Amino acid sequence: MVMDRFGSLTDPPATFALAGVRVIDPSTNTDAVRDLVVADGMIRNGDAPSGIPRIDATGLVAAPGLCDLHTHLRTPGDEGAETITSGTRAAAHGGFTTVCAMPNTDPPLDDALRVRGLLAEAADAAARVRVVAAATRGRAGEQMTDHGALAAAGAIGFSDDGVAVASAAVARQALAYLAPLRLPLVEHAEEPILASGGQMRGGLTATRLGLGGWPASAELAIVERDLALAAETGGWIHFTHLATAAGLEPIRRARTNGVRVTCDVTPHHLAFTDAWVAGDRHFAWENGRDPDSGAAAGLDPALAYDGACRVNPPLPTRDDATALLAAVADGTVDAIATDHAPHPPERKAVPFAEAAPGLIGLETALGIGLTAVAAGRLELSTLLAALSTRPAALIGESRSLAAGSNADLVVFDPQRNWRVERSALASRSANTPLLGMDLPGLVRLTVAAGRITYDAGLIGSE
Amino acid sequence: MTATQISTWTRRHLLDVDELSRAELEAVLDLGVELRGRRAAGELPDSLRGLAVGLAFYEPSTRTRVSFELAARELGGTVTDLSVAGSSVAKGESLIDTLRTLERTGVRMVVLRHPASGAPYLAARSLERAAILNAGDGTHAHPTQALLDALTLREALGSLDGARVVIVGDAAHSRVARSDLHALVRLGASVVLSGPPAWVNPFAGWPGVSVGTDLDAALSGADAVMALRVQRERAAGSGVPSIAEYVARWGLTAERLERACPGAWLMHPGPANEGVEITAELSTDPRSLIGRQVENGVPIRMAVMSLLAAELDRW
Repeated sequence: MVMDRFGSLTDPPATFALAGVRVIDPSTNTDAVRDLVVADGMIRNGDAPSGIPRIDATGLVAAPGLCDLHTHLRTPGDEGAETITSGTRAAAHGGFTTVCAMPNTDPPLDDALRVRGLLAEAADAAARVRVVAAATRGRAGEQMTDHGALAAAGAIGFSDDGVAVASAAVARQALAYLAPLRLPLVEHAEEPILASGGQMRGGLTATRLGLGGWPASAELAIVERDLALAAETGGWIHFTHLATAAGLEPIRRARTNGVRVTCDVTPHHLAFTDAWVAGDRHFAWENGRDPDSGAAAGLDPALAYDGACRVNPPLPTRDDATALLAAVADGTVDAIATDHAPHPPERKAVPFAEAAPGLIGLETALGIGLTAVAAGRLELSTLLAALSTRPAALIGESRSLAAGSNADLVVFDPQRNWRVERSALASRSANTPLLGMDLPGLVRLTVAAGRITYDAGLIGSE
Repeated sequence: MTATQISTWTRRHLLDVDELSRAELEAVLDLGVELRGRRAAGELPDSLRGLAVGLAFYEPSTRTRVSFELAARELGGTVTDLSVAGSSVAKGESLIDTLRTLERTGVRMVVLRHPASGAPYLAARSLERAAILNAGDGTHAHPTQALLDALTLREALGSLDGARVVIVGDAAHSRVARSDLHALVRLGASVVLSGPPAWVNPFAGWPGVSVGTDLDAALSGADAVMALRVQRERAAGSGVPSIAEYVARWGLTAERLERACPGAWLMHPGPANEGVEITAELSTDPRSLIGRQVENGVPIRMAVMSLLAAELDRW
């Protein structure tokens, strides 16, 4: 990445003018080719002031900065996998200007001092860092953390992510306690006993591979539980990384009944399928191997049982991925969130059942989404809203490319592909089954809070 | 072995039988028959001469391990036994590191048994020159068992084309069942899986396979019946209420076979829990192929090792 340059939130505000860029701004239903002028970090009306270089941006797309509701920065405690610097650079490289750091660190983010410390450390990062604090002490599911103090320290949500809040009674208390704070309980919906022994999504592929099957009911059980609790308490429940179609209908129904419920889905649960564990690498909307004939063909030794495909919740069936993508398209799903989960090779180059769950996502989310757009499964503006304006609104951030707004944006080239490989990634980790594959939508520029956080030679000449 | 048999085979590893065409399967079985005869006549070729074979068993095994070891030695190979208990594996060395070390010491063929499904695939993509021979991985595959089962059945029935084979028991946790399904279906048989719902229902939709909990219905018209081993420790809490209930509903007895399929052959991959999945008297019944399954173990493993050894220089 010789041509690439990362910046920080403490850099001087940026000034530049992009000529002839396609501006897509879901906040104003804008989709127009025009000039985009940024002066001192603010978006300006009209022509560029004299002295500002006009950069030809023909063919490029400018959109509001992407906002990830679910990022594992692995800090504190697992900095070999990711640091604040590497994680936020991965964010900037992927077009994200905000990441919400999840609390399953070591020690967990379950007290205000630790949250303040992390936020202070991230002040000069390459993306805004927000914090989802632990919902219970030590993420043990027994006793609520000090939600008020954590909110005052900056927490924008509460979660025991990695697991669901273990006790239904504690989840109920938390929802009730958080309701007046107007902050969500962010739930990893997975019933632990049903899910135990599950190494991949249950089904014929799991049977064929001899891997423990994870049943869809494991997710549905917690979705139904928490919807009932949210309805009773008036609290805000947010389901993160939904991975089955089964949970969608109760969420729609609860919403109709006035329950405050939101949800996100990861790019890999929209695009990958359980067949990937068997070595298939077709996106859910492509004609891959016929799953019904899967038992009649040999596995590809180069790709089968790749630990990079081990993730929790597990990669969905093709039908579920299709239903989840349709739910993004129809708005049922509020946001696409990455669940960026870095791991070093030694936790992945092991037999599948021993591999640590999770895959990196910040740098590939836009490309996966654009692939779905190219396949006709999603409108570009819907994709960009699900990655930027809609998640940002959930955490109280605004995103707009209208004049007078703070410049917070991504510029990408929808026609230009890039190859996902170790040397092309800013993350400290490279655990993704996309290695070696090409994705569309090369990011050329990311601007967060008026500062250039990533510039692939678009503004600065190297 | 004949030139045509060898030319059918161009594989570096044997990870499962699912990758083998019918022609390849038949070639292995034919070679197994030939080597069985030459072994009996004391005229075995030294196909593995100068070849270092490593046995890496991460799980206890008697019959599989012994038959691989005999097969390798009798074909002239040298055998290195990676005794997991006393080795660096016990010190937490990773599978890949252990196998790479074996490879660097000159081992060119690794016979791997591992409790994790898919471990041989990881091994195959981690090694540069050595061949991986899967001797059983987790609940996924046991290709040499499937080959010896196929050979035993082919000889008993004449051909597997159109044969109806019933497999009874805990298919869900059985690597033998999975590899048998691949091999038997590829050779033209249809297979019925019968047992408690949790042990057979996950196979619904497998091509060439039907699933039914009613054993008597499944047995009707069967040409052969294979009982799978019931893991006593696994039975309770995972699919059947008790061993007694299993025996009553799915245990193979003479009366049941007499009623449903009096002429069917009987098989068991061993070791059998007599009185659970099959009665003691049935194990030694004239219809039982269990002894022949064991006898075919060494020749089939010889066949696979010779085929892989002949290809080693290409990699």
